[in-house]
Amino acid sequence: MAIFDDVKEVIVEKLGADADQVTPEARFVEDLGADSLEIVELVMGLEDKFGLSISDEDAEGIRTVQAAVDYVEKNQ
Amino acid sequence: MTESKKKVALVTGSSRGLGRAMALKLAQDGFTVAVHYGRGQEQAEAVADEIRSAGGQAQVFGADLSDPAQAAELVETVIKELGGLDVLVNNAGITRDGLAIRMKDEDWHAVIQTNLSSAFSASRAAIKHMMRARAGRIINISSVVALSGNPGQANYVASKAGLIGLTKALAKEYGGRGITVNAVAPGFIESDMTADLGADLRAEYEKNIPLGRMGQPEEVAALVAFLASDAAGYVSGQTIGVDGGMNPH
Repeated sequence: MAIFDDVKEVIVEKLGADADQVTPEARFVEDLGADSLEIVELVMGLEDKFGLSISDEDAEGIRTVQAAVDYVEKNQ
Repeated sequence: MTESKKKVALVTGSSRGLGRAMALKLAQDGFTVAVHYGRGQEQAEAVADEIRSAGGQAQVFGADLSDPAQAAELVETVIKELGGLDVLVNNAGITRDGLAIRMKDEDWHAVIQTNLSSAFSASRAAIKHMMRARAGRIINISSVVALSGNPGQANYVASKAGLIGLTKALAKEYGGRGITVNAVAPGFIESDMTADLGADLRAEYEKNIPLGRMGQPEEVAALVAFLASDAAGYVSGQTIGVDGGMNPH
């Protein structure tokens, strides 16, 4: 749960999304209204927060909150 | 301003000419300056020494900007060694003049790579850093010929006009992240690049300059310093000429 909360914090900050809307199944673009630049910032924010280096290919696959949580859990 | 809080400015191609004047001016204005050279290491060291002896801070960095990958590496190295990057001045440029119909592909590509592709590559690396800081300045050194055209310089003119387009696109893309991007278009300025002109050609050029003289590198550096300053915070996406009135637009 700790990772989910940390990921959620980054999403709220980078996308300016309502915390209530950041559910595991929420999609960044369709549900949280992110544009392409905000997605890049979100990925950079996750890199900074968790000390990761996320490749462009991997970043393409991260489209939902749960996908971001899964990615962090697997790669941290 | 404490020493550790000094802002950092990288000026590509600042071992001589316009770039040198920009490096000296930005140092004078309180920036820690990354003095970049392609070949003139000794000249770059001399610029850094001049900055230090005037009480400023400077460090020398070498990179071959005919290779855009090295432009990105240069930016990353500066960020690592100087602890950040607040201002990027894409100044490095070369000419390989000739009539278009006789211009070799390699002369076309060399100029585009060095003047335009490396500026893009350096900007991309800088923006990644500036986005995190939510602040940054990118200043692209274009040329009056980008606006007016010039026979014998198809490659150079295209590269410098490309910089203006790059400036506009990046200004729109990253304005929301606190980054301003502007271009400066110098006219005929006293430098190594214009020193080769014969007296006749020089007189001919000067006839077309309303102010009746060539410009000094310091007159270009003054505008760059303004664009890098806090005072220019609301100026973005612009191309500003420093050309003695040659090309009003």
